Amino acid sequence: MFLASTSFWLDQVVNGLTIGSMYALIALGYTMVYGVLKMINFAHGEVFMLGSYAGFGVLVAFGGESIAGPMVVLAIAAAFVGAALASASVSVVLERVAYRPLRNAPRLAPLITAIGASIFLQFLVLDVTGAKASFYPRIFPSGSIEVGAFRITYLQLFLVGCSVAMMLFLYIVVQRTAVGRSIRAVAENRTAASLMGIDVDRAIVTTFVLGAAMAGVAGVLWGLFFLQVRGSMGFLPGIKAFTAAVLGGIGSIPGAMVGGYFLGLAETVGREALSAIPGLNFPNEWRDVIAFSLLVLVLLFRPTGIFGELVSRRA
Amino acid sequence: MALLEVEGLVAGYGAITAVKGISLHLDEGEIVTLIGSNGAGKTTTLRAISGLIRPRQGDIRFAGRSLVGLKPHEVVAVGVAHVPEGRGIFGTLTVKENLLLGAHRRRDAGILEDLERVFALFPRLRERLGQVAGTLSGGEQQMLAIGRALMAKPRVLLLDEPSMGLAPFLVDAIFQTIVEIRAAGTPILLVEQNAAAALEIADRGYVLESGTIVLSGTGAELARNDGVRRAYLGEL
Repeated sequence: MFLASTSFWLDQVVNGLTIGSMYALIALGYTMVYGVLKMINFAHGEVFMLGSYAGFGVLVAFGGESIAGPMVVLAIAAAFVGAALASASVSVVLERVAYRPLRNAPRLAPLITAIGASIFLQFLVLDVTGAKASFYPRIFPSGSIEVGAFRITYLQLFLVGCSVAMMLFLYIVVQRTAVGRSIRAVAENRTAASLMGIDVDRAIVTTFVLGAAMAGVAGVLWGLFFLQVRGSMGFLPGIKAFTAAVLGGIGSIPGAMVGGYFLGLAETVGREALSAIPGLNFPNEWRDVIAFSLLVLVLLFRPTGIFGELVSRRA
Repeated sequence: MALLEVEGLVAGYGAITAVKGISLHLDEGEIVTLIGSNGAGKTTTLRAISGLIRPRQGDIRFAGRSLVGLKPHEVVAVGVAHVPEGRGIFGTLTVKENLLLGAHRRRDAGILEDLERVFALFPRLRERLGQVAGTLSGGEQQMLAIGRALMAKPRVLLLDEPSMGLAPFLVDAIFQTIVEIRAAGTPILLVEQNAAAALEIADRGYVLESGTIVLSGTGAELARNDGVRRAYLGEL
């Protein structure tokens, strides 16, 4: 084990980047909503789950397992759009019903409704589906690229590429457009933003929509990779992505991305590295223990996260 | 008909009634100042005009149209820009982004031209354009706050304590600019604790005490008034 081959470690890195991409995409929603409302939207994991279901529905409508050839590209693109729309719609309703009425309430109140909304959505889907999993059609071309000891499957490459493209898109929207500028203004000073003529409610809804669209796409990627959807699937990725956002420094967009990859690599490369120490052994089931131990350690020793200075300067 | 009219305004926060039935007006081409000590209700009056708080009673009309019930972004859209107490600068955004936010509701092609107009008033802002606004000095931040409000191309400008925390020579410069802004066609409602400086440039003024207007008149009249001199101009 200790002398595992180079290819073994490179595989772990690729696995870490794959899972980390999805954590990062979901984490963006947590961090952006926190940025404007100083609130943790704990229902975000369920927004991700509903996106995954919506994408599943689109793929089934396109023919499920029988999708082939160029239709695969079209079907996956449609699944992305469907998932982003579904997740965004759910988020808009959540914001309107569960969070906006509590905008000026003590911060604990919206946190509790968020947990309530999370449980509600999860059990609603579990009830409707009879708690059974559905299976994503296995339509993505198998095969992989190998360069020496380095190997990445087409699916992993697609997954990382899509995630990076989405993050780049989000970065441009937030940093380079008038919409992004108004979101950043609202995040910093809501009153002053309203005096600029910014419709604060709309900016907040836009923030939810952007975060939810990222989570919806992540839901489709998750389905394509793990090939399963079920009502409870949002819980762990949701809380892991929250961990990633805290790792990176909650409120910071680059922090959420870095935190996502950091957590993904910690669960894979980090876990194997610990196992390589003689006398220690952390099989794959330990990945959650490692993730949440990291959360506890960060909260203890660096509660502001990796990009912490930025956040505290913003506060 | 006055451009901006406040009639019988009652407003406050929770159990506190900070403004207890005041009426005032602002005409085209005027600088009107609202002076008074801390807690007299000056800021509350401005916040009610711009929709940040809802009046409990009374009416606020702009060009004949009631502003009561409008949200702050809607008040900006009808042409009232408000530079709030403490300036409300977005410290993590650049100077340019702050200025562009001032023009947030505009879709016309004149934005770049107006940017030049702001630079003509405040040349320092051009030098600082790419800088993060939080790193500006207090005087520069005040310039940015006023310049940003002008980017909305307002028909009325509300200024809350522009002299706050500034060195005397900067106060003079800011007040000089206020006169220039009026000359360029934008009337100004100026809230100030620095009554001497405010009355010097104001056409008219109102004196607020505990939420009511106790005195009004031209700037010169108020500056001559014994009560005003004792209470606000530091004379015995």
